[in-house]
Amino acid sequence: MKILVCITNVPDTTAKISFTDNNTKLNKAGVQYIIGPYDDYALARAVELKEKLGGSITVLNVGEAESDPQIRKALAIGADDAVRVNAEPTDSYFTATQIAAIAKEGGYDLILMGRESIDFNSGVVHGLVGEMLGIPSFSPVMKLDIEGTTAKFAREIEGGKEFLEAPLPLVLGCQEPIAEWKIPNMRGIMTARTKPLKVVEPIAVGDMATLGQYTLPAPKGACKMIPADQAETLISLLKTEAKVL
Amino acid sequence: MVLIFVELDNGSIKKTSLEAVAYGAAVAKATGTTATALAIGTADAAELAKTGAYGATKILHANAAELANENAMAYASVLAAAVKNENAEVVILPKSGLCDAMGARAAAKLGASIVSGVTELPDVSNGFKVTRSIYTGKAFATVDVKGAVKILGIKKNAIEAVEGAGSATVEAFMPALNNGDFVAKVTGQEKASGELSLTEADIIVSGGRGMKGPDNWQPLLDLASALGAATGCSKPVSDLDWRPHHEHIGQTGIKVAPNLYIACGISGAIQHLAGVNSSKVIVAINKDPEAPFFKAADYGIVGDVFDILPRLTKAVKDAK
Ligand SMILES: Cc1cc2nc3c(=O)[nH]c(=O)nc-3n(C[C@H](O)[C@H](O)[C@H](O)COP(=O)(O)OP(=O)(O)OC[C@H]3O[C@@H](n4cnc5c(N)ncnc54)[C@H](O)[C@@H]3O)c2cc1C
Ligand SMILES: Cc1cc2nc3c(=O)[nH]c(=O)nc-3n(C[C@H](O)[C@H](O)[C@H](O)COP(=O)(O)OP(=O)(O)OC[C@H]3O[C@@H](n4cnc5c(N)ncnc54)[C@H](O)[C@@H]3O)c2cc1C
Repeated sequence: MKILVCITNVPDTTAKISFTDNNTKLNKAGVQYIIGPYDDYALARAVELKEKLGGSITVLNVGEAESDPQIRKALAIGADDAVRVNAEPTDSYFTATQIAAIAKEGGYDLILMGRESIDFNSGVVHGLVGEMLGIPSFSPVMKLDIEGTTAKFAREIEGGKEFLEAPLPLVLGCQEPIAEWKIPNMRGIMTARTKPLKVVEPIAVGDMATLGQYTLPAPKGACKMIPADQAETLISLLKTEAKVL
Repeated sequence: MVLIFVELDNGSIKKTSLEAVAYGAAVAKATGTTATALAIGTADAAELAKTGAYGATKILHANAAELANENAMAYASVLAAAVKNENAEVVILPKSGLCDAMGARAAAKLGASIVSGVTELPDVSNGFKVTRSIYTGKAFATVDVKGAVKILGIKKNAIEAVEGAGSATVEAFMPALNNGDFVAKVTGQEKASGELSLTEADIIVSGGRGMKGPDNWQPLLDLASALGAATGCSKPVSDLDWRPHHEHIGQTGIKVAPNLYIACGISGAIQHLAGVNSSKVIVAINKDPEAPFFKAADYGIVGDVFDILPRLTKAVKDAK
């Protein structure tokens, strides 16, 4: 079982977002980076599957050198080796093209991703990669088991879930409760230092979409507090003032 | 030509899809072309023709037994065929799990640009620039879309959809289907029936750990039913199995954009707020005056949910 897990290097979910350079760059001061939470679920399930079925896990990131601490963390959690495509991934199509190229070379049985990145929240890279490789893709997957060369999994649909079976290889975008997030242990951290991390240059992709300027949402006005003993007035305010009822 | 994919729910076009049609029609108008819709699955002609009231001149209808399940791969093949058939330059999809997946696969088939999470009409005065939501609603970015075919996933409320008078001509459209799109076998489905969908809902009543347990949800459900609202919850609530997972809202759950979001006994952690910050009006009910939710809310009540909720339900019923 050869598994490829694609991880993003993203600002922590509690990070305060602001911009510099005339709103063209993220202000990274004080921002802590993490493995995308959904990618973390994908990695955790990959580690469990490897424990059960044997095989290997490769982690892949399209990003610059600042991703390396997160890649090392993924190695500490249980991946065997890593590849970083050395480029600023500013567009889904560009990123997917890089991932598809690495995936093709490696011949993986299973390509696990997160349901979406938490910086751009597109939820499209798995579909793009699946189509580029000519194999099926599904997302968001909340349960996954492998039996021989068949994947048995559950996908969240509106108002519930759908159970599916499909032959490997597959691309899956993962979300909870597919597995519990894993914390690296001391031994993992020690061995991660010497596990291979290969850095490769990107392949050229035509310019599909270029980032311009960032903006922040308009600040929220003050909250109107309604005394508990007059709670009922909320309903009339929602009708007449906010006009949402 | 602008092509708009509309999602069907039991034969009816979803509201967010009608918004997508209005958005597509506005883009068509700005670029001096026409808007065509595409629906996949079973629906009657009168329902499909409704897209005309939102600006589509015609609607392509792909219907076959094989397309009854929402199969993103097969749907992507139909979408890509329609793009080629109609020479579409811009493709609009409402933002949803199905649409992200089919849009992505269609983009790879067509070598198209894909931008998801678009929040406003594009600026077509010089190129094709769109504004999209990033960092889970904490910021926006403008993106210059350059592909010959441009696929946009638009967020709820990206445009106000006003119903007009027109009617679209319905045309059957059935490209050959690929066997490769049907390798997965659907072995079962669990779906709450008759439930309002969170992504479509105009009003959501949502509960957190302050509801204290799965058996205490009735007052919240009562308010939701009086308001015609969908129900949601915080992550710990679904982690604890107090409520089903598909109700989980936030950074790692569903992102919603209702007109009204009522948070009951939810503290307002940044990861929860990330899923609700596109709501028009937010109400927070919490017994702790320091709860962070009040900083993100428009209206707040400091009080016990078990006291406040039944009174609000009564006030809604009395006002009817
Ligand atoms: C200026 C700028 C600089 C950036 N620099 C970096 C950076 O240095 N490193 C970085 O990781 N991201 C970086 N990003 C984010 C990056 O652009 C996005 O992660 C990428 O474009 C895909 O976003 P998406 O929303 O389309 O992904 P989605 O479609 O939402 O992602 C789905 C899944 O695809 C996989 N995936 C997505 N992106 C990557 C990736 N880059 N590498 C591996 N797997 C991926 C993940 O498993 C993810 O859960 C940067 C973004 C900007 C704007
Ligand atoms: C990577 C990551 C991703 C996450 N993603 C999500 C996500 O998607 N969605 C999400 O919700 N969380 C998410 N979380 C968890 C988040 O940080 C919070 O822990 C969570 O939102 C808290 O849920 P809560 O408000 O229901 O519970 P609590 O924080 O325990 O808050 C309960 C609130 O109820 C109030 N209360 C108690 N009793 C009453 C009463 N009788 N009447 C009125 N008020 C009462 C309390 O004052 C308190 O404010 C994530 C966390 C991480 C680290």
